[in-house]
Amino acid sequence: MSVRSERMSEVMQVGSIKEKAEKSRTVFSGAELVIKTLEDLGVEVIFGFPGGAVLPLYDALYHSKKIRHILTRHEQGAAHAADGYARSSGKVGVCIATSGPGATNLVTGIANAYMDSVPMVAITGQVAVNAIGRDSFQEADITGITMPITKHNFLIKDVKEIVPTLKKAFYIASTGRPGPVLIDLPKDITVKEAEYNPWVDVEIPGYRLPVMSGNGTISSVAEAVMQSEKPVIYAGGGVLKSKAEKELLAFAEKLNIPVTTTLMGKSCFPENHPLSLGMLGMHGTVYANYAVSQCDLLIGIGVRFADRVTGDVSTFAENARIVHIDIDPAEIGKNVAVDFPVIGDAKEVLVRLLELTQEKKNTQWLKTIEEWKKQYPLTYKDNGKLKPQYVIEQISELTGGKAFVATEVGQHQMWAAQLYKTAVPRTFISSGGLGTMGFGLPAAIGVQVANPDAVVFDIAGDGSLQMNIQELATVVQYELPINIALINNRYLGMVRQWQEIFHGGRYSQTDLSCQPDFVKLAEAYGMEALRVEKKEEVRPALKKAIESKKPVLIDFWVEREENVFPMVPPGGSIKKMLRG
Amino acid sequence: MENKHTLSVLVENRPGVLTRVAGLFARRGYNIDSLAVGRTENPAVSRMTIVVEGDEYVIEQVTKQLEKLVEVIEVSDITKKEHVERELILIKVKAEPSVRGEIMQIVDIFRARVVDIGKDTLIIEATGDIGKINAIESSMKPFGILEVVRTGKVAMLRGPKYEIE
Repeated sequence: MSVRSERMSEVMQVGSIKEKAEKSRTVFSGAELVIKTLEDLGVEVIFGFPGGAVLPLYDALYHSKKIRHILTRHEQGAAHAADGYARSSGKVGVCIATSGPGATNLVTGIANAYMDSVPMVAITGQVAVNAIGRDSFQEADITGITMPITKHNFLIKDVKEIVPTLKKAFYIASTGRPGPVLIDLPKDITVKEAEYNPWVDVEIPGYRLPVMSGNGTISSVAEAVMQSEKPVIYAGGGVLKSKAEKELLAFAEKLNIPVTTTLMGKSCFPENHPLSLGMLGMHGTVYANYAVSQCDLLIGIGVRFADRVTGDVSTFAENARIVHIDIDPAEIGKNVAVDFPVIGDAKEVLVRLLELTQEKKNTQWLKTIEEWKKQYPLTYKDNGKLKPQYVIEQISELTGGKAFVATEVGQHQMWAAQLYKTAVPRTFISSGGLGTMGFGLPAAIGVQVANPDAVVFDIAGDGSLQMNIQELATVVQYELPINIALINNRYLGMVRQWQEIFHGGRYSQTDLSCQPDFVKLAEAYGMEALRVEKKEEVRPALKKAIESKKPVLIDFWVEREENVFPMVPPGGSIKKMLRG
Repeated sequence: MENKHTLSVLVENRPGVLTRVAGLFARRGYNIDSLAVGRTENPAVSRMTIVVEGDEYVIEQVTKQLEKLVEVIEVSDITKKEHVERELILIKVKAEPSVRGEIMQIVDIFRARVVDIGKDTLIIEATGDIGKINAIESSMKPFGILEVVRTGKVAMLRGPKYEIE
């Protein structure tokens, strides 16, 4: 006994000496420096996939007690998960991939985050510095490849650059107009050693945050708002990014201005509010598009006048003076000429506008809009069969609009945008700019990791879901209670709809009748799944899924050839909508 | 010179900056007329002189998009400001002995120089503003121009030192 306990104390002593040595260590490997800096920056979760060039990085990560790593099954999944994490939490999403194919697999996810201005830091392994440019094994010029789809990127060639570069990357990704930043990290740099100095000063001479427009400009906007008899607010993702939803609500209510949102802006304004017009644009509501077409003042906040919103630019808001408030000066005047350009953070500008305006009624204008709402409600023909719109409505009702909803891309996405009535900001997570099929499932993973106790849905289509279906394994591994509502029409539905309307009904390569049994497939991955083919089964199935607090896939076999209406034909005027 | 603007762009002197700037022009469909780059009095900073063609909308967009590049420190459109501009041209011209005298006279008029004499060729070097450079090039055409190399325009504002804000 005594010998043993002596040994024990010896071991413990050695242990504590080791620990002390660890604490007093000042020199670390590049990989350790990466992890230490990420910890210092407050990173709690990384989504990634290991490989040869990032072996040292994963070794250092193995020892981290502060950072949780989520292993996706494809690097694209890691990028989208980091994206969903960032959008739903407001924090910077982080993903890691190895060199070559690992890095190129991130590309779609990075481009997606760039188009939707999502703060993300992607770390890629690279071949050793002296092997770069020699077409080495698993080498790809990822900084070259991602130049047009990142806010900025870095190739680190000196271990001393690791700490300052990571700091710069997080700062750039999360400030101003947010966006993805990529850091390419050669393997030899991660094993070289350097001192750790967390206080290192970081300077980025060419990066300056936009300066807010002066009082004169904002006063003139306030004046225009007070003069306007038919104003409309057109709110986008910028409102959510600047966390300006309270100010937006206060401003809209004080002046009685109806609010329409873009797909990216969805959830920035409560959609059950009488002033809400829902979404505008190609698949927007009739009343939102009429309101924009007939308003005398259009107040764009954190938007970019995207083609899916404006349709034919020459007739867009043709009767209105246009205010454009945005943090990115390059967005102002890019697609549409504006009368009141305002540079600034949405929240700061709205606070100023609240100070400079007085209460107002706009009674006549609101009455007109109320009439449009009654005359042209969002609707569909109920024939007693299982309609996709009905499924979305039921999700909306059962969750009270308080769940997180990620979507894939296509018809189901537009139905979700129209019929899921968000009540809480930053809960609608959808690929807007790039329109990335396969986004929803990995994004939902990121959302659930950031919000472990929340109800999370992935509203999916059968085409999109198959693009990142491997992530079902991730869902199961981490026991993420995601509800996958699969709107299964056995078509690439949105493309089929365009073929029906614009290509003489020639369904070229859009029939997905040959598809897997999604119930069996989900079960094979180890999750619960059920099929719903009748209207009356929808609510019980959804209830069961939500209450189970486990990953569940519900395979809704909906009417196959249902179309998304209203619809503005591409390039057409938003005044003229197809109403089905 | 209609619609041509001269942008003076200060950038960090790092690998890849030129690619970023050139890529931006290509990606957004702007036309570069010429681009000259070299380091400044501060070795960490380079100056690009970019001549770009486009209306006011294009120039405004180019400027704003350039300013968004993290390694671009400052962009200024100096077209309408008082500035000195120069370009250098090398022209290899056919010059059999019978016409050399005539060529040398033209070279003198333009205050250019002959910097190389081959068996049947001359290389002429000239510097000046774009108008002068174009003029000497066209005056050599009748003799038969074999090769032309132009640097693209470099420009500097007149007056006291141009300070970075």
